[in-house]
Amino acid sequence: MEAQTLYEKLWSSHVVHQEADGTALIYIDRHLVHEVTSPQAFEGLKLAGRKPWRVSSIVATADHNTPTDHWERGIEDPVSRQQVETLDANIREVGALAYFPFKDSRQGIVHVIGPENGATLPGMTVVCGDSHTSTHGAFACLAHGIGTSEVEHVMATQCLLQKKSKTMLVKVDGKLGRGVYAKDIALAVIGRIGTAGGTGYAIEFGGSAIRALTMEGRMTLCNMAIEAGARAGLVGVDDITIDYLRGKPFAPKGELFDKAAAYWRTLKSDEGARFDRVVELDAAEILPQVTWGTSPEMVETVTGRVPDPAKIADPVKREGVERALKYMGLAPNTAISEIPVDQVFIGSCTNSRIEDLREAAAVAKGRKKAASVKRVLVVPGSGLVKQQAETEGLDKIFIDAGFEWREPGCSMCLAMNADRLEPGEHCASTSNRNFEGRQGAGGRTHLVSPAMAVAAAVAGHFVDVRELS
Amino acid sequence: MKPFTTLEALAVPLDRANVDTDAIIPKQFLKSIKRSGFGPNLFDEWRYLDHGEPGQDCSGRPGNPDFVLNKARYQGAQILLTRDNFGCGSSREHAPWALEDYGFRVLIGTSFADIFFNNCFKNGVLPIVLPAAQVDELFRQCEAADGYRLVVDLAAQTVTRPDGMIVKFDVDPFRKECLLNGWDDIGLTLRHADKIRAFEEKRRAEHPYYFA
Repeated sequence: MEAQTLYEKLWSSHVVHQEADGTALIYIDRHLVHEVTSPQAFEGLKLAGRKPWRVSSIVATADHNTPTDHWERGIEDPVSRQQVETLDANIREVGALAYFPFKDSRQGIVHVIGPENGATLPGMTVVCGDSHTSTHGAFACLAHGIGTSEVEHVMATQCLLQKKSKTMLVKVDGKLGRGVYAKDIALAVIGRIGTAGGTGYAIEFGGSAIRALTMEGRMTLCNMAIEAGARAGLVGVDDITIDYLRGKPFAPKGELFDKAAAYWRTLKSDEGARFDRVVELDAAEILPQVTWGTSPEMVETVTGRVPDPAKIADPVKREGVERALKYMGLAPNTAISEIPVDQVFIGSCTNSRIEDLREAAAVAKGRKKAASVKRVLVVPGSGLVKQQAETEGLDKIFIDAGFEWREPGCSMCLAMNADRLEPGEHCASTSNRNFEGRQGAGGRTHLVSPAMAVAAAVAGHFVDVRELS
Repeated sequence: MKPFTTLEALAVPLDRANVDTDAIIPKQFLKSIKRSGFGPNLFDEWRYLDHGEPGQDCSGRPGNPDFVLNKARYQGAQILLTRDNFGCGSSREHAPWALEDYGFRVLIGTSFADIFFNNCFKNGVLPIVLPAAQVDELFRQCEAADGYRLVVDLAAQTVTRPDGMIVKFDVDPFRKECLLNGWDDIGLTLRHADKIRAFEEKRRAEHPYYFA
């Protein structure tokens, strides 16, 4: 048999029906649901008199609107509260394999709770009305974000209408330097191929540097595949994948686990499999990254400078850079290390897992937030991550450094709750999007790794974390 | 879904690349549990000088006179000209809902983000991808002439310019059929319910751990 890519294996094992033009009905194993993109789907289902096809495929949580402090007060914004209560009511009526509502000890960001509960398993198709569903591809799942009409479609039919994507291999070989993390790989890849570079592709990450990453690191990487334009990111199964899943609540147990693991181990690209595009990076050459603009592709190394539009020939590109610099309040050629930081956000589905918090705490230990920094928010990805961090004493390290230790949720990644930037504020953020207004109207986001975020919090401006430790 | 067949309408040029869905409809409006009413908040942060909140009456808000949608000559436009990677970022279907609610039925650009592109077809909005040279020319003509109108014919897959030039575009045959007829995807898929059930039973037998 011809050598197959992981994507082709996942695709062909889920085709229910195929039209002459290649449009296929793909079976969906896991449907993750949150409060923002589901109410209209539940309503549509009800209006059409339809029932969900397989309720046990649904895992739901409330994460986008939930506050990260003063849980005893509930959700104070009435519009946010209504959205969360609507999800409560819909799940009550319809059912689910699992629901982690606001304040539940296992509540958290949907892309954190799926994997940590073993609800995300290799070989699954995973969808959610959320673009960062690409995260789950770290487990060799075909996982991607969908719109609300498709949320309704999956509920009603357990399938999605899809066309096969092209395949891209991003191969990162070698050893990452000290102070360089999965987040830096992700940003370096986006800097190389651009935010539309992966459009139409499923990106598989391979190479020795990827094999060396933990599951948390692989999730960070696949999470950001969508910022490169690819709906799906993928990493093949190995021992690290299998070891992570053993003992997780919804993962199979005993003999069934071994049987499953034997199948999961086949979920990697075959030797000699052909990709439509291959991009290669040398891990040793990747430096800590900082975005300076309003798109994740507007990224530099911490030792670099923001660009000078006068040196850009293409008029559309030049105008884009000019607009971004104006929005960010930055002069051309400013050194990245001269950009001051007003707030720091450590969290989001990109970087809020236990390993991210450990990396952040390692830099924060024994240090203090700079006086010029207004606030440093540390928002764990889930109740379980929070509990684990507290068991390890990480919360104490953050609090001693002058940071705020919060309750889990999406928080200031997209600022749907009360956590947000004021106009003009610069934020070192471990999230995934630096779009205009993303973290609050007029806010200025710089995407970095957790270690770099803490370094900026301590220095009051961006600084090379390798010089701190 | 509202079918789409032909449209003869005013075009407006939004000359920016990488327009993300946060810009198309900012996050505060995502708190709505409805599908409609997003039009007044389309491009909210670019379109108004003040900060918008859900439920607010937008008619009295100060408009940004520099934003292209606010210019008198583009009022009533139903065709949006865009640049590369329009609709990138968040999967929020509120973005095509807002565009449609505002009145846009056709988007023309050099590339669209995958999830957004897909979401458009579910809402009777036709995204058309044309080569950069064609898009450049549309921008040039549209900016040069007041009342610049295009004719879009989905069945023929053509955009006709005022100068009589006919530009062909590609569209996925299945999506085209659905859009021309206003078909509901779910209804179409459920015609295959037996096949789905058979697939599911086989999968459950082979991989019971996915059905826990």
